[in-house]
Amino acid sequence: MLGRIVFFLCLPSVLAAQLCKPNAAEGFKVRLSIKTALGDNAYEWNRNQRFLFQAAIAFAMSHHLDLEFNVSNILVCDETPRVSFWFVVTSPDDPSRLVGKESVELAVRASRSRINNILLLNDATLEFIGVLPTLAAPVKPATPSWLIVFGVVIGIIGAGIVFLLVSTVVQKKRKENEVAEEEDDDEEAQMKRMAGNEGICNTSFSECDRNTQM
Amino acid sequence: MGEEKNPGTEERPKWDNKVQYLLTCIGFAVGIGNLWRFPYLCQIYGGGAFLIPYLIALVFQGLPLLYLELAIGQRLRMGSIGVWKNISPMLGGVGIASMVVSFLVSMFYNTIIAWVLWYFFNSFQNPLPWSQCPLNANQTGYSSECEKSTSVNYFWYRETLNITEDIGISGSLQWWMVICLATAWCVIYICFIKGIDSMGKAVYVTATFPYLVLTIFLIRALTLPGATDGLVYLFTPDWEILKKPQVWLDAATQIFFSLSVAFGGLIAFSSYNAERNDCERDALVVGITNSATSLYGSIPIFSILGFKARTNFNTCLEQNILTLTNHFDIAERNMTVENYDQWFDYLNVTHPGDIASLPLRVCDLQNFLDQSASGTGLAFIVFTEAVLEMPGSQVWAVLFFVMLLSLGLSSMFGNVEGVLTPLQELKLVPKWLPHEVLTAIVCLVSFLIGLIFTLGSGNYWVEVFNAYVGSVPLLIIAFCEMVGVAYIYGMKTFSEDIYFMTGRRPNIYWKACWMVISPLMLLVVFVAYVALQAGTYPTYPAWNPNYENFPQTETKEYPKWVFGIIVALVVVPILSIPVVAVYNLIRCGMKKSNANVSGPNPYSNEAFEIETQERNTQSI
Repeated sequence: MLGRIVFFLCLPSVLAAQLCKPNAAEGFKVRLSIKTALGDNAYEWNRNQRFLFQAAIAFAMSHHLDLEFNVSNILVCDETPRVSFWFVVTSPDDPSRLVGKESVELAVRASRSRINNILLLNDATLEFIGVLPTLAAPVKPATPSWLIVFGVVIGIIGAGIVFLLVSTVVQKKRKENEVAEEEDDDEEAQMKRMAGNEGICNTSFSECDRNTQM
Repeated sequence: MGEEKNPGTEERPKWDNKVQYLLTCIGFAVGIGNLWRFPYLCQIYGGGAFLIPYLIALVFQGLPLLYLELAIGQRLRMGSIGVWKNISPMLGGVGIASMVVSFLVSMFYNTIIAWVLWYFFNSFQNPLPWSQCPLNANQTGYSSECEKSTSVNYFWYRETLNITEDIGISGSLQWWMVICLATAWCVIYICFIKGIDSMGKAVYVTATFPYLVLTIFLIRALTLPGATDGLVYLFTPDWEILKKPQVWLDAATQIFFSLSVAFGGLIAFSSYNAERNDCERDALVVGITNSATSLYGSIPIFSILGFKARTNFNTCLEQNILTLTNHFDIAERNMTVENYDQWFDYLNVTHPGDIASLPLRVCDLQNFLDQSASGTGLAFIVFTEAVLEMPGSQVWAVLFFVMLLSLGLSSMFGNVEGVLTPLQELKLVPKWLPHEVLTAIVCLVSFLIGLIFTLGSGNYWVEVFNAYVGSVPLLIIAFCEMVGVAYIYGMKTFSEDIYFMTGRRPNIYWKACWMVISPLMLLVVFVAYVALQAGTYPTYPAWNPNYENFPQTETKEYPKWVFGIIVALVVVPILSIPVVAVYNLIRCGMKKSNANVSGPNPYSNEAFEIETQERNTQSI
């Protein structure tokens, strides 16, 4: 009697040990790079952190398959100092049966960002080997920003060209008016000077010495 | 009496002050090539040892040529066509050749400025667009072309140039490049709108700004990790390399093209000077400043390249560390860059089979330093990658591209001046056409022809123009200039002119250079250059994503029709020299024979003509 009780008590753990092993058909290898992600704020990987991971996976499975998964349904084994391990998911109805790999993958992909946030990691530092991350498309603004800079530059240059051309034309017109005025002024000034003087001296005719030589 | 009015004669424009003139000449000589060609040559030709052939070429070839051009322009007070026609009608073709070369060079040089503008416009984003690969069509991964090469390469070849695989495949006009090219020509136009009045104001900024930015980069670069690796690599002299003739050839051609002689621009600039100006000192200032700038600029460039090599090396090691850590499940951070070698040796001993099967990269710092580049590769690929690693990348990118913009613009001023001034002297332009409209027409025509360079195959065409227009024709023009002044104009007359301008005659060093040493060196360089080019059929590197060794560029031969265009580009500019010479010879011969037949002309008073000529030359 006692022997049977011991046998049945040991069965789950023995079964668990057999269900979860490295390179299991329905299992995934997980690799965490906590120090890379958090630097000085890195937490120590221990039993409690593992519990949190199991809870997160249980959440993801429940959310995706709409069944009630428990932490005990997530089996973890083969932990290494790298912080990498294998895990398998058992069915809530029958703990000796494993949930298929595809379902686990879909569940993890659906709740990936949630799982990342729970563990304070991201797609690169919490790796599920074999599960492709969904890449976020880069943000594309409505007008490419380079067009805006270009618009500013070409606007300044265009304004400058127009301003310079207009000022050249205006200056030329002003000069023409001035030259015309100067020509008129000159004749008037000449006439005034002649009226006040005794006439203009014709140097080729005689020397213009007003005083007679002694 | 009233004022004397001569509405027909326009006063020749002149510089506001000496500083403007010097800055314009320095700006013309100091161009993008000082930054992206000289450090590369220094690096591949044994670092410090390269300075020896470089300085020898400067002293015996560069400075005499420079002095000659500045003196002749200042004395004869005309652009390149007028000057050579004046010296001897048979040399009139030299001026036309200069003008044609300046025109062709300004077209492709402005395309480079358009590329700089494009990168400048794109530097105002966070993150910088060349830092990430775009996703492929169904968003499952990154674009394959980008993944195989790097995001920086992808941005340059695909998003900037949209380059085709072959020079024969033209592709279509890239609209973003067209508007950048239009912007570049508008900038040139606004600086030239009032001739040298507006250009002279612009050079205060474009000639001095690069030095400011270089200093900022120098301070920043010297504080980056790995800077000393780059500097040591650059300046470590390898004296053995001086035995190779290729080094001397490249030093001579570098000095020659760096000083921007034979374009006609320097002659035009010095023609706007006052008559009595010490052009010997000007030539020394411009020449020495140009070389000093090359040296000064190579320090921050190579510090940054050393930083980039060190960063790449660390990244390579960290990738290996990650691979090993994941495979052997070692705890994180146990294996670092510092103790990588010990770990590697230990693992190699304990698990040699595993190590052999892992995709480990070979990380060699020397290898990364050797990945040098020159030209557009340096500016748009290597440097932009380095800028990504520096904190505050946008600021450094903007500064770098504005510096390249200033350098390019100040060189473009000389090129465009080398086209505009002779054009007015050719008397093809009607007098009623205002200067602004002529400048606009020249800019518009250059822009329309330059649209070739905005096609998919545009980069290949820029390479063609760069290699063939800006090389052999210039050598021939410079040789003709030197021989023309030293032997046809006469060293005696030239010495008298210089005595008139500077108050002292040129000493034996200058005379020896002009008459013997420099023409000889030019001849040797020309012959060696042609011999090297003629030896092999010209090829070009093509960016072909379907190439089996992609991302390496595929070496393709130019098709026959492109080879024909290359020959045309080399021959057509210098064709004018023999054509004009022969034409004038025939005309001279006909005149002489006419004079003999008709006898003395009763209407020509030769004594009067000689006397007035002498009086005119004395009073100038």
